[in-house]
Amino acid sequence: MAGILVYSDKTSYALELITAAQLIAKDMGLPVQVVSINHVEQATELAKRVDTYKIDNAAINLADTAAVASALKQAANQLSANIVLLSSNRRGREIAGRLAQSLNAGCLSDVNSLKVNSGKIECLRNALGGATVANQVIEVENQVITIMPKVFEQAAEAGGCRLSELVVEVKAGLKVLEVKVKGGDSVDIEAAEILVAVGQGMENQGDLAKVEAIAKALGGEVACTKPVSTDKKWLSQERIIGLSGKKCKPSLAILMGISGQVQFTVGIRDAKTIVVINNDENADIMKMADYAMVADLEDAIPELLKCLG
Amino acid sequence: MNIVVAMKQIPDLQQVRIRNRQPVFEDVPLTLGNIDKNALEAGVGLKEAVNAKLMVVSAGNEELEDTIKEALAAGADEAFLVTDDALDQITSDTSASLIAAAIQKIGDVGIILFGEGSGDNYSGQVASRVAEILDLPEVGYAKAIEVDGKVARIIRALEDIEEYVEVELPVVITVVSEINEARIPSVTQILKAGKKPKEVVTPDDLGIEITAKAKITTLSNLAPEFDRKQIVVKSIDELVKALSNEGLIER
Repeated sequence: MAGILVYSDKTSYALELITAAQLIAKDMGLPVQVVSINHVEQATELAKRVDTYKIDNAAINLADTAAVASALKQAANQLSANIVLLSSNRRGREIAGRLAQSLNAGCLSDVNSLKVNSGKIECLRNALGGATVANQVIEVENQVITIMPKVFEQAAEAGGCRLSELVVEVKAGLKVLEVKVKGGDSVDIEAAEILVAVGQGMENQGDLAKVEAIAKALGGEVACTKPVSTDKKWLSQERIIGLSGKKCKPSLAILMGISGQVQFTVGIRDAKTIVVINNDENADIMKMADYAMVADLEDAIPELLKCLG
Repeated sequence: MNIVVAMKQIPDLQQVRIRNRQPVFEDVPLTLGNIDKNALEAGVGLKEAVNAKLMVVSAGNEELEDTIKEALAAGADEAFLVTDDALDQITSDTSASLIAAAIQKIGDVGIILFGEGSGDNYSGQVASRVAEILDLPEVGYAKAIEVDGKVARIIRALEDIEEYVEVELPVVITVVSEINEARIPSVTQILKAGKKPKEVVTPDDLGIEITAKAKITTLSNLAPEFDRKQIVVKSIDELVKALSNEGLIER
């Protein structure tokens, strides 16, 4: 017996995973089942698309990775699933290793793209800090795969799906004292169609207001490389593009004063059109430009603002 | 009590070159992952607060004895290393088995620290696998840790929320880079650190078989190709005209 099991704490991600599961299922002839833990609205929503099992157990707090992984292991066993798809958010990634260990499974995380080839699931994921893209396959029967958000479309509603209850036994391993919604910058640069990103080549903090005005004139958002946020603290961490920040696919990205280290480019290389403005014509970033302009930012930024304003 | 920081030896990614889309590792020095260094720094802070011994644990090829000096210089008291040249291309599950076995061998371990992901592969599996093997609770993505007797209170940062949790020791914790600024030891400190105690064992000594068939096969690992227009523009005016002609911006 074999099958695919889907779980994410976030409903939108679970809907994307169902699409991925259905793609695999079509090629491999496997049933798709989804689990929802302590989340009634999610279970109802998922059950419009695929057979859904809801777990209602007060001992499971989603912060308790050991408890969640144990619940999913029991679900996989009860439902005869050998492939588990999880979302590549922080919760999903943390569950993945633990669940894989308990199922004696192979595990691939942060998968950007997948396809079935000769009965095996080929997964593309960044490697070497984003310098390369590895095509990898799990060779054992039990597989745990975490998939990046927005790789797949959300699954559409379908009829004839069941909603059932699933009983698992877990023991709580930690106490949650407080949950805080993150305050501050609520920008979502991943959702922006136009991004204006700056790097350390922008030396004058006073230019930032003009960059913000450029972004506003274009109807886009300001983003940055990691050092501009974490070292200079000019912009919030929500605006970091790159390996340890956001992976963005805007239709237009204007990159200014950015040298093009792979830790950054991995987060923007899927943009449709890339404009680079840099004072060094030999900077690595020039290789990924659709439009490249060699200029000093102190001249280019006010000119661009004037031209758009 | 012992505090363990698990660290991974990786190639210095800044020095990996790409030739014909293939990564070239020749002459690339080995180092420790950046977030691993944040985990070590967190360990140094906790060790001072609770008067514990800080052990760095790592598995890798024979060069590890040299690479680990940086961690000893940055505040670890002792190193426990599992070395074997077959560990050059270590997989997450093998790594977890070795680190878990090392932790059991060290004994009396209250806190086990990891970075949220290794610098090279970034799969973030090993800490969770170790926690499962040792049947311990785990708290990932910590941005603040305090220890109070037999419990730890931790703020973990998720994408949209922060959770403040309390957990009994022993516990496995992964940290995010925001938790601290890791110190950078000087060359003299690194040289001196070579004198700190080190226990070096083989996978065999720990009873772990590493020749087991790999669960993951890598079919290819190539640098992505950019297919970009590469149009050089001379002025902002020319740029804005080109972008509006493409319908990308409105003037």
